[in-house]
Amino acid sequence: MAQPLVKKDDDRDDEVDYSPFMGIEKGAVLQEARVFNDPQLDPRRCSQVITKLLYLLNQGETFTKVEATEVFFAVTKLFQSKDIGLRRMVYVMIKELSPSADEVVIIVTSSLMKDMTSKTDMYRANAIRVLCRITDGTLLTQIERYLKQAIVDKNPVVASAALVSGIHLLQTNPEIVKRWSNEVQEAVQSRAALVQFHALGLLHQESHIPFSESFGIRQNDRLAVNKLVSSLTKGSVRSPLAQCLLIRYTSQVIRESANTQAGDRPFYDFLEGCLRHKAEMVIFEAARAITELNGVTSRELTPAITVLQLFLSSSKPVLRFAAVRTLNKVAMTHPMAVTNCNIDMESLISDQNRSIATLAITTLLKTGNESSVDRLMKQITNFMSDIADEFKIVVVEAIRSLCLKFPLKYRSLMNFLSNILREEGGFEYKKAIVDSIVILIRDIPEAKESGLLHLCEFIEDCEFTYLSSQILHFLGIEGPKTSDPSKYIRYIYNRVHLENATVRAAAVSTLAKFGAMVDTLKPRIFVLLRRCLFDNDDEVRDRATLYLNTLGGDGAVVQTGEDVKEFLFGSLDIPLVNLENSLKNYEPSEESFDINYVPKEIKTQPLAEKKAPGKKPTGFGAPPAASPSTVDAYERLLSSIPEFANFGKLFKSSAPVELTEAETEYAVNVVKHIFDGHVVFQYNCTNTIPEQLLENVTVVVDASEAEEFAEVVSKPLRSLPYDSPGQTFVAFEKPEGIPAVGKFSNMLRFIVKEVDPSTGEAEDYGVEDEYQLEELEVVAADYMLKVGVSNFRNAWESMGADCERVDEYGLGPRESLAEAVNAVIDLLGMQPCEASVVPNNSRSHTCLLSGVYIGNAKVLVRLQFGLDGPKDVAMKLAVRSEDEAVSDAIHEIVASG
Amino acid sequence: MELCPLIKNILLLDSEGKRIAVKYYSDDWPTNAAKEAFEKSVFTKTQKTNARTEAEITMFDDYIVVYKFVQDLHFFVTGGENENEIILAAVLQGFIDAVGLLLRGNVDKKEALENLDIILLCIDEIVDGGIILETDANVIAGKVASHSMDAGAPLSEQTITQALATAREHLTRSLLK
Repeated sequence: MAQPLVKKDDDRDDEVDYSPFMGIEKGAVLQEARVFNDPQLDPRRCSQVITKLLYLLNQGETFTKVEATEVFFAVTKLFQSKDIGLRRMVYVMIKELSPSADEVVIIVTSSLMKDMTSKTDMYRANAIRVLCRITDGTLLTQIERYLKQAIVDKNPVVASAALVSGIHLLQTNPEIVKRWSNEVQEAVQSRAALVQFHALGLLHQESHIPFSESFGIRQNDRLAVNKLVSSLTKGSVRSPLAQCLLIRYTSQVIRESANTQAGDRPFYDFLEGCLRHKAEMVIFEAARAITELNGVTSRELTPAITVLQLFLSSSKPVLRFAAVRTLNKVAMTHPMAVTNCNIDMESLISDQNRSIATLAITTLLKTGNESSVDRLMKQITNFMSDIADEFKIVVVEAIRSLCLKFPLKYRSLMNFLSNILREEGGFEYKKAIVDSIVILIRDIPEAKESGLLHLCEFIEDCEFTYLSSQILHFLGIEGPKTSDPSKYIRYIYNRVHLENATVRAAAVSTLAKFGAMVDTLKPRIFVLLRRCLFDNDDEVRDRATLYLNTLGGDGAVVQTGEDVKEFLFGSLDIPLVNLENSLKNYEPSEESFDINYVPKEIKTQPLAEKKAPGKKPTGFGAPPAASPSTVDAYERLLSSIPEFANFGKLFKSSAPVELTEAETEYAVNVVKHIFDGHVVFQYNCTNTIPEQLLENVTVVVDASEAEEFAEVVSKPLRSLPYDSPGQTFVAFEKPEGIPAVGKFSNMLRFIVKEVDPSTGEAEDYGVEDEYQLEELEVVAADYMLKVGVSNFRNAWESMGADCERVDEYGLGPRESLAEAVNAVIDLLGMQPCEASVVPNNSRSHTCLLSGVYIGNAKVLVRLQFGLDGPKDVAMKLAVRSEDEAVSDAIHEIVASG
Repeated sequence: MELCPLIKNILLLDSEGKRIAVKYYSDDWPTNAAKEAFEKSVFTKTQKTNARTEAEITMFDDYIVVYKFVQDLHFFVTGGENENEIILAAVLQGFIDAVGLLLRGNVDKKEALENLDIILLCIDEIVDGGIILETDANVIAGKVASHSMDAGAPLSEQTITQALATAREHLTRSLLK
């Protein structure tokens, strides 16, 4: 990285850009570092060389291990010098090299320990910081005494150095740092502002780890913070930073104690008091903490909103940004509380800082009422031309939600979207717009025709193949259902002339869909499709041929058969990845490929969904496809075992359930494989004792609490050596097609043989032994496959209300709405569709689930949750399926769960 | 959950986006290439803004960046997306003012490179491993300046305060120019 500097100077002949590091080279500087070894040290010279070394490191230059060690050794020689400036550079250099090897550390340790007890404050402070950076546990116990002293040192710099080092060390050596709490307590009362801040930081983390993580005793924590807050709120907190930390500390305790305490919120008064602090960072921290309180009321919100509103008109961009960002978040849950700030927000649309302007606009879009939409759109139009794509995407998404909120305003919003669609923009931006239009078309029937025409116009001049083919696909679905399908044909057929092969193929499919769905158009479509037979791309020709042959009727006006429609355009109810894998595994043989054997289970990725709450369901609603590899692997494994061959098709495999605690002698988990008339338990066993070899491993299952199950096969594991997992299986018969449930207790039985660790050979003679495992349950959710649907609303409508079953349930007191929602989802074992993340603070929530119940029955569930009283959750459950019995069964699961 | 305010990095770049001095306190950027990529995008996103009278702020890739330009120097402080913006701004201002005091108001690239040791010490005194050590420019500059004095000489509070006051005056004047 030193090169660019050199190069730049070469480029420019004039010496304007003089740099003291011009032409610097690693090799030369390393040579220069030899001055560190001089018997007569020149502090100035040495400082300069260290600066050069630091410069190189800072520019991204790396030292080889040998070079680093050499420099390190040389630098340690500099401890002989008494020059303070040089010593200071030595400290920085050692931290920068951060030596790891123990033998290297020992060399400096003694010098640093000497500095740590020096009379010079600066030596003590810095030696502590360096030493704690490179130390390990054993060394730490040696210097602990000095560190404790340093924490209560008169000099604030020394005390802070020790405290901050303590915060770092807490990650690696918590047990040692916890022993300092007396000193830390004393430091909290320090008169030096920053010492108090650092002490508070350490105290908080220290006290927090044992209470909430190890024992879960919230009460103690609250008492502790109570004491802290009441002792510190009386004007003895000197630094705004410490005050901010205290606010964070307090709101954490509020969060954790909210469940146990009814009535007035503890510590709210403290937070509100901080709104009148003189430091802006404290005011803001408190305001933000209040807005983030769980289930915050509008009365609690008001004072916080008021101070944030003042920040909106501050001359400092940082304050405006902080305030508008916080209000933007509040607007998601409490739009009404933010409306007071609307006038200030509107003036921020013209803010120089585009981040602030974008946040202001999206906040306004969330809080705006129906009458202000038009005015707002006018302002945004001017604004859109001068912001970057990333901001535009945010605005587009906000407009989409606005339109869904005020469907009557679709005309102006749709116009806005189509206008920006015509302007310049990158792929992500265009995709966001197209996705939004698609969603509006789906959800607002009146918007359909104009929306489709906007999309048609867009593909006339669209540079993105992906978007063109997606839009064509969408047109094929929605176009035939409109009042005048023929007007779209021109746009579609134009693609066949003007685009690349991918788009042409998509256009052919879309044409065929029109032909299949609209009988009157069929003759004309046939003419167009026949022309496509002369395309120079294989795929395009193949598609045209396929459609011409299957649609039949020789181009006359006849009705297309339902089975043909289903074959050509029916939705594939199998995840594509699964199909792909099954096709890859298929070996050409006498037996033809059977699509019915492709697993339908989708491994869900709930984490990914939660992590990106900003990502709303995309317009083309691809179901979350995920790795089917485990499903596949199970299927292959089971089918390789002859005893299970006649069980039929595997319906579902559960996630592994641990049957042992972590770090026990034998680790066992179980996977439940559900077949139509059988259940197979696959026990995955690992032997964690190097001195043992297990043989003839079986699991003895007691099914006395699972009456409908009868054991048929038990397949032992012949041998289980150390650290190489193996499986044993137990299969049960159960009534066919019935979702039988039950509890099973398990005992691991085996013959154990001693192994000589040096030779690895086992003794000939073994002893029979048993090992108790935890119980295992087969529950209703095991009979439910998580299968998503791309558009829940459509699926729900098309399922019809014939077999709908609706009932209401009281779930009793729950920790939170989100907790109740998740409990029901887990109980049912179904796939949550769109909008299933429960926003904080909401009082009600609707949750849409889909799945496939045993017997291949599609099930859709609409759950409506509401808070009934302070904590009681009530739920309305509506189930739709193709079979009343299945709908009833789902209610049964909930009623008995 | 980490409650202590945390700094992800402190950057000092020149007017072309090249490094003068940078310090990272987070593993979010494990390699030099990742660091350079971050600096490049920070620089390009901010270079056209006018961050001279007041510190400016932006958010991208889940980071909050506060920044301010002085002459041909670009100062940045980065925090996580949930960090208190005003705390980050306080760190930035402390850094800039301390550099101003130490360079006696001559804050530009040439001076910064010629006194790189001072800049590095300054950063070292502001943040330790992501935790804020000090934000008061006078204290920071005082700690850095004390290092150039003799070990034996006791620190006279009076003289250093006077020296700093003069330097501050210089700084204010150069800012008002």
